Amino acid sequence: MDAVIEGGFTDRVLGAQSVFRATMDALARPGTVQSIASDAAPPAPLTQELGALALTLCDQDTLVWLDPVLASSEAVTGWLAFHCGAPLTADPSQAQFALVTEARHLPKLDVLGQGTDEYPDRSTTVVLAAAAGTQRVTLKGPGIKNRLDTELPLPGGDFLAQWADNRERFPRGIDILIVRDGALVALPRTTRISEA
Amino acid sequence: MYVAVKGGEAAIANAHRLLADRRRGDRNVPALRIEQIIEQLGLAVDRAMGEGSLYDRELAALALIQARGDLIEAIFLVRAYRTTLPRFGYSRPIDTGEMKIERRISATYKDLPGGQLLGPTFDYTHRLLDPSIAEGGAVDTPVARDSEPERAPRVTDLLGHEGLTEDDVNEPQDEIGDLTREPMEFPLSRDRRLQALARGDEGFLLALGYSTQRGYGRSHPFVGEIRIGEVEVELDIPEFGFAVNLGRIRVTECQMVNKFKGNAKVPPQFTRGYGLVFGQAERKAMAMSLCDRSLRARELGEDVNHPAQDEEFVISHSDNVQSTGFVEHLKLPHYVDFQGELGLLREMRAEHEAEAGDDAYPEAAE
Amino acid sequence: MNVAAYNFAYLDEQTKRMIRRAILKAIAVPGYQVPFASREMPMPYGWGTGGVQITASIIGPEDVLKVIDQGADDTTNAVSIRAFFAKVANVAVTTHTAEASIIQTRHRIPERTLTEGQVLVYQVPIPEPLRYLEPRETETRKMHALEEYGLMHVKLYEDIAKHGRIATTYAYPVKVEGRYVMDPSPTPKFDNPKMHMSEALQLFGAGREKRIYAVPPYTEVVSLDFEDHPFEIQHFEEPCALCGATGVYLDEVILDDHGGHMFVCSDTDNCEDRREHGHRGTLAGHALEAAE
Repeated sequence: MDAVIEGGFTDRVLGAQSVFRATMDALARPGTVQSIASDAAPPAPLTQELGALALTLCDQDTLVWLDPVLASSEAVTGWLAFHCGAPLTADPSQAQFALVTEARHLPKLDVLGQGTDEYPDRSTTVVLAAAAGTQRVTLKGPGIKNRLDTELPLPGGDFLAQWADNRERFPRGIDILIVRDGALVALPRTTRISEA
Repeated sequence: MYVAVKGGEAAIANAHRLLADRRRGDRNVPALRIEQIIEQLGLAVDRAMGEGSLYDRELAALALIQARGDLIEAIFLVRAYRTTLPRFGYSRPIDTGEMKIERRISATYKDLPGGQLLGPTFDYTHRLLDPSIAEGGAVDTPVARDSEPERAPRVTDLLGHEGLTEDDVNEPQDEIGDLTREPMEFPLSRDRRLQALARGDEGFLLALGYSTQRGYGRSHPFVGEIRIGEVEVELDIPEFGFAVNLGRIRVTECQMVNKFKGNAKVPPQFTRGYGLVFGQAERKAMAMSLCDRSLRARELGEDVNHPAQDEEFVISHSDNVQSTGFVEHLKLPHYVDFQGELGLLREMRAEHEAEAGDDAYPEAAE
Repeated sequence: MNVAAYNFAYLDEQTKRMIRRAILKAIAVPGYQVPFASREMPMPYGWGTGGVQITASIIGPEDVLKVIDQGADDTTNAVSIRAFFAKVANVAVTTHTAEASIIQTRHRIPERTLTEGQVLVYQVPIPEPLRYLEPRETETRKMHALEEYGLMHVKLYEDIAKHGRIATTYAYPVKVEGRYVMDPSPTPKFDNPKMHMSEALQLFGAGREKRIYAVPPYTEVVSLDFEDHPFEIQHFEEPCALCGATGVYLDEVILDDHGGHMFVCSDTDNCEDRREHGHRGTLAGHALEAAE
């Protein structure tokens, strides 16, 4: 029971404010690394960063999709229920947020909520905990002055091709927040990614 | 200059101090107390609660005093407070069929089960100013009922039994919307529309309802029933497994019954317009039910030709807190934009004069 | 009677989360108006409730807030909003553009170029650029979805046919990142070029109309125009009478009832800063007293 009721932000108002502000800055400047260090302490396998973002953005009004690892953990679902109160969905296309612990659990981007041409905001925001390792890429798009050459912990496989399709669907499409080691990098649907 | 280059803060503080003074008025006259407003200006309190959409007589009375009797300002105060309140849950639908009735009239039946009860109404009063009120004269105690009133089923339930009136619920849904917690999206579901109407400005809805009677979207209305009284509010508590009674609230309900010629799917029948408002607010409930029926035009396959039938028009402009804010914002400085327009106008006038040359202003010669 | 105490920055946490989610979507889809469940605020609709809700949702104890109305820090509504945040969020406030991390504005963009890390929050009365051409939300939403902006071009072209020019001086429509036509709020068109590729994040809040939209930093913002009638900003014949600045937006101040007037900076902070650095206009010194 203690694991459930503990582990929220000590200061829930300012804790959420600082994580949100970093997230906003990250989306406004795609590819830049923003600190989301906090004292959130969710139960494993929910990482601290995933937990902090859930506390900041999810509540009764948001449908959340959990990857199979998270969905099968009672400690995690109990903690999320207590601290966020967010209803869960098994259908990623309905989710406002998808919490993903590993890139291999990331659904294909086109099965997530894309929004509609009239309401492109009704789409899924993915929060992905990244593994070690990075990939050299070049980013272009709103929020980026000219171009940004950087190394990002992106999912492997055909992710870049999927992302290019996601970009094509604009204004529909998903946005991704990638978290690791108390930091966050955001990729809004407007960002073009190419291999450096 | 009201935009003092320095000292805006002091000017605002002084203005508010003066406002407080004017609100209080002559200090030799006793200050109003909350109980006096609740007891003696009860219908103003009801309107502030209804359009403020917060059932709290004391806060509404406080708002009325603070607003110097300006109803829209009082409603605004109540709303701004309401928005900060946490939600503990959503009550069960109230059952107006079980209402403890103080007034109940029907215009469609001479007599009906439960009877006609006039209650505390202005109807049939002769509108003659009464000097005895100014003198604080004694008021007779009212006549009480001898016995418990008999059950008074809603008229629409009586009509419904013959299949002549449409059913209560023709739009089944799991969840009731809440316009104060979600963005508005047209077309609205009827629950959201009714919420907007219940919060809407009495004067605006009254005028729209009146317009339908004068032919701008005629709806052939009859007052099926108006009832005013107290109903119980119950809250389901999942942990207990049963509903808890939170207390009683006074509401006014109006069921308007409207002739309807039917369409391909539905046989001719009476359709309904619905009004439900906090407190005793009969005019508002009637206006609301007229507007509700008009706004069902599209649903019932009627032509949408008139203002009262136009959902976007009616709902976008029915909220007096929104309306007053935007109308009154014209008081704020706009000199930056005005400067832009001045500049444009000067340019265009100069061009106009150059083009007109000697023929400028021929009308001056006439 | 039990009147509750208020949360940090006034709004409750659930409301802030709702607004924050809308802000993130707005940044992800530049120029698109995200519907949000705007709350009733303790100031009237039309007086900056959208901007106030955005500021309240992003502001933290580290922030330094500047509030301007018509370019000035000391206009009554700016004073009132600044005092509100000083009270409910206990944040530092400033009038200096360079020192502010958040600038809430009505009708102007500061003259000083905004820098990376700054957030400009606009108060927006009518967020829909197509509203005066088509009053129905159901219709304008379709037009944005289909990128059908012909009506706007027709309107601007009619202006040219009738007046020989585009007769829009403020709230001049822009296209963001080549996709959405957006209302820049009633800023004078003079300010439109400042939105283009700005280093600052620009957030727009319309409380009564329940919309939030955004322009991320380094984003293309182009004022609509025609090849034969290119977009032009206003030019003033004379410099600021107080600081001598040219190439800034000026207010016309009436000095007497014989037509006497002078032009002074609308951006009061910029004007003061210039005067502190020794710049003088023709009427510096006695002008302010004369104006009052």
